[in-house]
Amino acid sequence: MMEVSPTLPAWVAIVTSILVLLGAALTLIGTIGLVRLNNFYSRVHPPTLGTTLGIGCVLLASMLYFSVVKQRLVVHEVLIAIFVTITTPVTLMLLVSAALRRDWAIGDPSVPVPPGLPEEAERPEPLPESDQPTS
Amino acid sequence: MMAHSILIWSVATAEMMIVLAMACAAYRMLKGPRAQDRVLALDAFYVCGMILILTFGIETSDIFYFEAVLVIALVGFVATAALAKFLMRGEPIE
Amino acid sequence: MSAITRRVLPYPLLSVFLLIMWLLLNQSLSPGHLILGSIIGVAGGLATSSLQIPSGRVRNLHLLVQFAFIVLYDIIRSNIAVSRIVLTPGRVAKSGFLTVKLDIRNEYALAILACVVTSTPGTVWVNFDSAKGELLLHVLDLVDEDEWTDLIKNRYERLLKEIFE
Repeated sequence: MMEVSPTLPAWVAIVTSILVLLGAALTLIGTIGLVRLNNFYSRVHPPTLGTTLGIGCVLLASMLYFSVVKQRLVVHEVLIAIFVTITTPVTLMLLVSAALRRDWAIGDPSVPVPPGLPEEAERPEPLPESDQPTS
Repeated sequence: MMAHSILIWSVATAEMMIVLAMACAAYRMLKGPRAQDRVLALDAFYVCGMILILTFGIETSDIFYFEAVLVIALVGFVATAALAKFLMRGEPIE
Repeated sequence: MSAITRRVLPYPLLSVFLLIMWLLLNQSLSPGHLILGSIIGVAGGLATSSLQIPSGRVRNLHLLVQFAFIVLYDIIRSNIAVSRIVLTPGRVAKSGFLTVKLDIRNEYALAILACVVTSTPGTVWVNFDSAKGELLLHVLDLVDEDEWTDLIKNRYERLLKEIFE
């Protein structure tokens, strides 16, 4: 069970609660989208809810709470924010271009031709079981 | 005090929501259907883990959970980037 | 003097950024950490100079700050939009690929645009063909293509062009 110091001002407790709940809710919505949406390229979008505002709200809550509790400015959460904002786009872009190549390789006609690969006419023949590939 | 019990309740609720979010990501990771879905789910999974540890930090008023979050961020990024690279060519390190 | 400065600090912004990161990580402003952070900043700048990164310059800092606020607002707005798509039962988002012709060629402007587009929920940067100047995006809610093209061209690209070119 959580112990709250009795000197913590009420407004800090309320604002921290709101930010933590909001961040957690956005993260949850993001992963629900990951389960619910029906193709890979749509599923790339919802988890970014968690990596933008989701983690942002929780980091803000943490900064506010610790700054008041420790009675000094606690801002090292900014580092995590910077790190996450730089790395998420990189991983997502890498992952999407990898997915494009893989879809191209099994001959999926619904995706555009990935960079550096031959055009439509030279695409490999679609595999017979290409609707539901297992790997 | 009223506000303090709200804080206790909401931190506990937030933790449960994030655990649920991790369960959703784990479901997608196990179900696939393709390798890129699993890697995407892994990415979402470790971000949820980071947020969960941050809320643990608030719950215990312990500032040193921050270091754990930083390590997860670093390792998670390298892992997903290497896996994405692996999916692209079949060779993780070039 | 300035030649020596350029020799020691090839990337002053990077060095300052490393110093700030060091101070944040240690949560301290003591002289010892200031010196240690400065050494790391200079060493980091020197180590990076062997990579020969093309030099870029922010021409308009005021506009860059304005751009940051626009991006923050858009991230909040698209968070709400994507949440709505996910939470509406039975709704299947009409997602798809979109090609936008870009005018900017500056590497830094393109890198920032890529990060902004990808980290905004609802849009993902897929590929930029620098020969044709065509950007390939994937959009979750592709109902009105012109609206998204307008967002990229008029809201982001125009500002980035003014900031970097």
